Amino acid sequence: MTSPQDTVLPAVQDTVDGAAVTPGRAQPYAALGLTAEEYARIGAILGRRPTDAELAIYSVMWSEHCSYKSSRRHLRQFAEKAPPTDVLLAGIGNNAGVVDVGQGYAVTFKIESHNHPSYVEPFQGAATGVGGIVRDILAMGARPVAVMDALRFGPAGAADTHRVLPGVVGGISFYGNCLGLPNIGGELAFDPCYAGNPLVNALCVGVLRHDDLKLAAATGPGNQVILFGSRTGPDGIGGASVLASASFGGAGEGAKRPSVQVGDPFMEKLLIECCLELYRAGLVVGIQDLGAAGVACATTELAAGGGTGMRVRLDAVPLRDASLGPAEILMSESQERMMAIVTPENVGAFLAICARWDVPATVIGEVTGTGRLEMTWHGEQVVDIPPGTAADEGPLYDRPASRPAGQDALIAAGPAGLARPASGAELRADLLLLLGSPEGGDKTWVTEQYDRYVRGDTVLAMPHDAGLLRIDEETGLGVALATDGNGRFCQLDPYAGTQLALAEAYRNVAVTGARPLAVTNCLNFGSPEDPAVMWQFTEAVRGLADGCLQLGVPVTGGNVSFYNQTGGTAIQPTPVVGVLGVHDDVRHRVRSGFSEPGASIVVLGETRPEYGGSLWAWLRHGHLGGRPPAVDLEAERALAGVLTDAAARDLVVAAHDVSDGGLATALAESCLAGGTGCTVTPPPDAASFLFSESAARAVVAVRPAAAAELASLCAQAGVPATVIGETGGSALEVAGLFSVPLAELAEVHRAALPALFG
Amino acid sequence: MTARIGVVTFPGSLDDRDARRAVERGGAQPVELWHDDASLRGVDAVILPGGFSYGDYLRCGAIARFSPVMGEIIPAAAKGLPVLGICNGFQILCEAHLLPGALTRNAGLRFVTRDITIRIENATSAWTRSYLPGQDISVVLKSGEGAYVADQETIAKLEANGQVLARYASNPNGSAGDIAGVVSEAGNVAGLMPHPEHAVEDLTGPSADGLGFFTSVLQAVAVS
Repeated sequence: MTSPQDTVLPAVQDTVDGAAVTPGRAQPYAALGLTAEEYARIGAILGRRPTDAELAIYSVMWSEHCSYKSSRRHLRQFAEKAPPTDVLLAGIGNNAGVVDVGQGYAVTFKIESHNHPSYVEPFQGAATGVGGIVRDILAMGARPVAVMDALRFGPAGAADTHRVLPGVVGGISFYGNCLGLPNIGGELAFDPCYAGNPLVNALCVGVLRHDDLKLAAATGPGNQVILFGSRTGPDGIGGASVLASASFGGAGEGAKRPSVQVGDPFMEKLLIECCLELYRAGLVVGIQDLGAAGVACATTELAAGGGTGMRVRLDAVPLRDASLGPAEILMSESQERMMAIVTPENVGAFLAICARWDVPATVIGEVTGTGRLEMTWHGEQVVDIPPGTAADEGPLYDRPASRPAGQDALIAAGPAGLARPASGAELRADLLLLLGSPEGGDKTWVTEQYDRYVRGDTVLAMPHDAGLLRIDEETGLGVALATDGNGRFCQLDPYAGTQLALAEAYRNVAVTGARPLAVTNCLNFGSPEDPAVMWQFTEAVRGLADGCLQLGVPVTGGNVSFYNQTGGTAIQPTPVVGVLGVHDDVRHRVRSGFSEPGASIVVLGETRPEYGGSLWAWLRHGHLGGRPPAVDLEAERALAGVLTDAAARDLVVAAHDVSDGGLATALAESCLAGGTGCTVTPPPDAASFLFSESAARAVVAVRPAAAAELASLCAQAGVPATVIGETGGSALEVAGLFSVPLAELAEVHRAALPALFG
Repeated sequence: MTARIGVVTFPGSLDDRDARRAVERGGAQPVELWHDDASLRGVDAVILPGGFSYGDYLRCGAIARFSPVMGEIIPAAAKGLPVLGICNGFQILCEAHLLPGALTRNAGLRFVTRDITIRIENATSAWTRSYLPGQDISVVLKSGEGAYVADQETIAKLEANGQVLARYASNPNGSAGDIAGVVSEAGNVAGLMPHPEHAVEDLTGPSADGLGFFTSVLQAVAVS
């Protein structure tokens, strides 16, 4: 792998005129990540070889990360199979999807990966992952109001995890806390498959009024192009192409450190407040954040979005390093920058607001009527391209996909033969094994480093199933958000596994009392050039599109992260699904903890002996095989309806999703979260009762006075409801089998991460 | 007449909105003050909210202390204006020498967000007179540099004068003497590391116990 320094371009600039008369000059297209065919196609588009600056633009815009060249063909299903809906104000293809949540409010949300940077440089990689997704939300015209993060690492005990995890968590804490955005949830998982390739997926949600919606389009010839925020430096050059769109070689990744950006959350905080003031003052015609591919991406997308053309003076871009040339300026991924289109008469007012917030702002060009994206460097033309060819018409691949050779054997090696616990002592030991593991243990070591209170509207955060935010103090309108993914399930069956991730996030939103409304996703996979990975990907996308259609929740946008592998070994396919729900009145929110004695505990949904891909099979036996739990999306929809109605009528005093680690884990978590014990009576198959991971289930606590109404609600909806016991006491007791005092449960649960990470 | 309480916004202030909401819930009118305006707009009291003013560059609070608005607050505080600094605001008050001591890196070196219990040790200050002496309240701690330090002589003086405003029930960050907050000798300038403004309603905080800070100051303003 060539390091980005090899691509530094000569001081004498390669101009458009010069390129026309030197057709044979060798160019470093391969080092920039382009194939010979792609390079030839650029020549065909331009009718000459590209200049070095043009090559820089095409190389980053046609990277897998920016162009979705291997995935676009499949992602179309999200539009083709979209359920009929009137809640989408802006959909796929924008910086983030925008959803109508009523009362004149809209919400925009998106999840994005920053996996490779976070492995190379954990602290800055994760920090700038937060910064990037926050600017996507800001660019839609919204005030960012919260973040979440879904994290996956190698084995918790591995030495490299001790380098990566504290750095990633520290980076998210540093950046998110300094921005004043509450961190309201996420995930933390461990598996050997992520050892050389951790997953750091960051989600941001923002709120706007319907009229505030902004789009990335450079319209109105004569309008000015303003770059504002941090100065441009030599950091993150080629981040989208050489870092995000290639597999790791297995050693020497430190050489890629210059491709990781460096974050300044203070500047980002100023940028947020500055943008919101600019929006309020009505000074912005179009806006785009600078993320992957920096100025190259912002200019091509704005110009392609507006359709009329744009001229940019690259020498006007304020620099942190005066030695940068046009190609480096175009490719730099320096953080905390935005680009706006402003009418000439408003430029003065625009710059004044930037000055008030101490945000540097510079006019670097104007919208034209030529239809071309043109750029000059000290008067000489270095770029002249049709912007759509870089932004929207990149290469499109139909990569071969084939079911992996070992898939049948994996499914055949099911969990049926695994020794299951039977005696009280065995069942008790297995519960404590799960609860004390890094996977099943308390996540406070991580979440305590995040501010969840700032802005004063956090109604629920960790350890609840979903984050819940208040939007309107008068009416109580709010939104709930959850992210879920399960690499083990997806390894066994990527179609079903992705639907299970969708179903779990959908359910997690519903247990708070919110109505699931829309979906975002971050699809983490290995190399698309591997047909087995491509099969996993196509199955996952098909599963998600079909599942969203059946549940009636549209996909609003998302992100694909390929090349998550070191050498030839890919990660487990790990689509992470985020579901947004609307809560009509957050004062009726339901918490996950048992906080009062004397309530009946009811399991909603059906429990079958399903152990394939379960946490129990993995932790007790190191086993992964068979089929994941059965998917029944109609049952999920009915369950969510019951949970939402029960919350609105104040029928339940607690509700908790049953998933990883089964009912045993759910009960233990509810006891610990609310500080009240419980006694439950198991059926004959106590092991499945406690550890099976059958989907479409939740556990609720209901006061005796409301029990009949809940039962009738369930009966109407066709949701099985089984009373299994009662809250109270100071132990988790499984009648006739075992009992664990809450103090012991808490000690085991809380010790898991501190024991490893200090 | 409704008391008017100013909340300063520095570049990097984060809890200014929360502080204004708490002021309103306490029964006063919040007034936005801007770091770059050398004006207090005639307010009856001032709150310096939490956050990372000026990105915490140099040292937490070290730059904010020289802002134009502080040029007004420092002399006004000397004349008795009630001033409450929360978290980063406490750091700014220490940097401005309106309060003794300093705030340093947490003993555990990590940022800590936690629902905690503090004991009100001084229930006569402008910001704590709604509480009972020795009352335990539940509030939010969220800080990376929250360990209160001062030389032994200063600590002894604070203890002897009753200038320890509040103490942690369980020390979360290595603060000397479990000190969570201190108050000036005159009782009008208070600094508190935990966040009472995040505990003004049960729906979004661990309790509504923090409201007492915002009702206390109404009494103080009415008296003066």
